[in-house]
Amino acid sequence: MIRRVLSGPRIPVADPILRNALAIGLAIGVFGVSFGVVSRSAGLSLWQTQAMSLLVFTGASQFAAVSIVEGGGTLGAALSTGLLLASRNALYGVSLARLLRGSLPRRALASQLVIDESAAMAAAQREPARALRAFWLTGASVFACWNLGTLVGAALGGVIEDPEALGLDVVFPASFLALLAPQLGSRRAAGTALLAAALALSLVQLTPLGAPILIAASVAVLVGLWRRPAVAEATP
Amino acid sequence: MTWAGILVLAGGAYALKALGVIGLGRRPLPARIEAVAPLIPVALLSALIVVQTLSTGHELVFDARLPGIAVAALAVMLRAPFLLVITLAAAVTAVLRGVA
Repeated sequence: MIRRVLSGPRIPVADPILRNALAIGLAIGVFGVSFGVVSRSAGLSLWQTQAMSLLVFTGASQFAAVSIVEGGGTLGAALSTGLLLASRNALYGVSLARLLRGSLPRRALASQLVIDESAAMAAAQREPARALRAFWLTGASVFACWNLGTLVGAALGGVIEDPEALGLDVVFPASFLALLAPQLGSRRAAGTALLAAALALSLVQLTPLGAPILIAASVAVLVGLWRRPAVAEATP
Repeated sequence: MTWAGILVLAGGAYALKALGVIGLGRRPLPARIEAVAPLIPVALLSALIVVQTLSTGHELVFDARLPGIAVAALAVMLRAPFLLVITLAAAVTAVLRGVA
């Protein structure tokens, strides 16, 4: 039985994509509840809270913005921190550009769903058809769960459990780890991962929130442009 | 947080997301972007993992998240299914926090 359990697929394949998207959605939903509560306590109305989850739809940005407001920070600080934390989605968008081709309305809709989880699920797939499915299912699941959770939290106020007591906060890095692993097949990828991790950690105490991750993306540019495969083949 | 603030944040967030998906349009991607693009999620995810596990705010913090992620890493190496990996991570972290 242990063998059966342990011999599961390393990456979410066609059938479990929906299942995994729902699992991620569940964890997201609990945090959505938490956001709803925090946002109300920072003074936002139920409509404003829901609008943030529907329109901004970026967890880190939303939490950061309302916590700055609650702590007495300026609107400018809240917005610039929120936007900084949202910038990595631009990079995900670049990596997903080829996958998400299609009509403008479709791309416009897809854009709203470009976040850590949908990008990660797509990147972990080996085939474009599965990547596309993973992107849409994860994006839709997270959107629905995040907004439903927000509604519950904003409406019910303090009636929530602490998600961290259930270890739910660690679900995110754990899921990113599971989704990253299959992408580490080459030395370039493994090297990129290690360098990015080291760089990000080294910057935590030195830069604003969100900046370490964004700056770590530059490792992808450096490694990607350094000795590109085509160039390497051309050199004797 | 005013409505204007929310709309600015929403507009900015959307523009950032759409930058790649719409901004790059239907043109074939330049070779440089093709070379870099697959490594972007690798770098971002790797950074996210360490920052979300080993830091809180501006401080490096080592707490119950680390064993949770360590167990997740072990499970991933043993080719455990996705759901089991995240459940184990949450369970280990929750238990350690509960007994702390």
